[in-house]
Amino acid sequence: MIPIWIYAGRRLGNELRSKQVPLLALSAAFSFVIMMFNLPMPGGSTGHAVGAAIIGIVLGPWAAVISVTVALVLQALIFGDGGLTAIAANCFNMAVVMPFSAYYVYRIVSGNTIVTSGRRIIAAAIAGYISLTLAAALTGTMFGIQPLLHQTMEGVPIYMPYSLNITVPAMVLEHALGFSILEALVTALIFAYIQKTDATLLYGEISARERIKMGRAGTV
Amino acid sequence: MKRKRETKEQEVMKSMDKTTRNLVIGLIALIILAPLGLLAVGETFGEWGNEELEEKIGYVPEGLEELSSLWSAPLPDYALPGMGESMTAASIAYIISAIIGVVIGGGLLYLLGKRIARD
Repeated sequence: MIPIWIYAGRRLGNELRSKQVPLLALSAAFSFVIMMFNLPMPGGSTGHAVGAAIIGIVLGPWAAVISVTVALVLQALIFGDGGLTAIAANCFNMAVVMPFSAYYVYRIVSGNTIVTSGRRIIAAAIAGYISLTLAAALTGTMFGIQPLLHQTMEGVPIYMPYSLNITVPAMVLEHALGFSILEALVTALIFAYIQKTDATLLYGEISARERIKMGRAGTV
Repeated sequence: MKRKRETKEQEVMKSMDKTTRNLVIGLIALIILAPLGLLAVGETFGEWGNEELEEKIGYVPEGLEELSSLWSAPLPDYALPGMGESMTAASIAYIISAIIGVVIGGGLLYLLGKRIARD
């Protein structure tokens, strides 16, 4: 994970516009809080949305790597949630795979529609749904290979007691039927709001102010 | 012409502030509603504590037992020390936890963003 963080930091330095700085700060805060909304699932388990999809779409996937990482690290360090030894795995799934898959799904579904198009709201929802389900599937896979990698001589798992045939379906089903739907709703809602009020905040969109600046530079 | 350009700039600035401000309001609402997340009983898949695991599978995997002493979080499970176990206390602690996370996380990225932003 360390090279990814370093590279993400560099990309963020190149891409981040100063008007997006408050949004960047807000995004880490939002991801932290949305992960506190535990949803119950039948069978006594709980889980949550992550918020990484909307961050990847609005601020770009590299910015999302940094901001979701900050949220996850704070969770582990201060509140003992998620875990310190799992931080790299958690960050890979929720702060890398998730925003990137969300961003590309959003781009593909959006096609060449204009930025204010309604189709982009649907694209954002689908991106939220697929990206969290994918991250959950990966997490389930990581859980499941644990007992294969680490067991005592007698074959007793040292860390994760459940194997792939339990962990993957558990993680995927819980998310596909629950948490991913919430992620899709949250992603679409916030996207629609930003799209309606100030679409120039979106990643890859040039603001009117910058266009004026560029125009000015061009005429001089 | 120049004046018109400036008012357009100001307009954009204003609408940007408004969008961000409303998102902040939305976040504050989320923080206040955060204790709803406490209603869900049970633990996230794979995030069981040692006691829960013992109940589930009859033993605590030895590697987990060793690792669990590696780090002790100052505010484990979003609870404040010495605040009792009532739902009200837990809710207040949960909201305070959310504020701590928001202030540290948001503050950190605000300072970082200010330093590295392009313009």
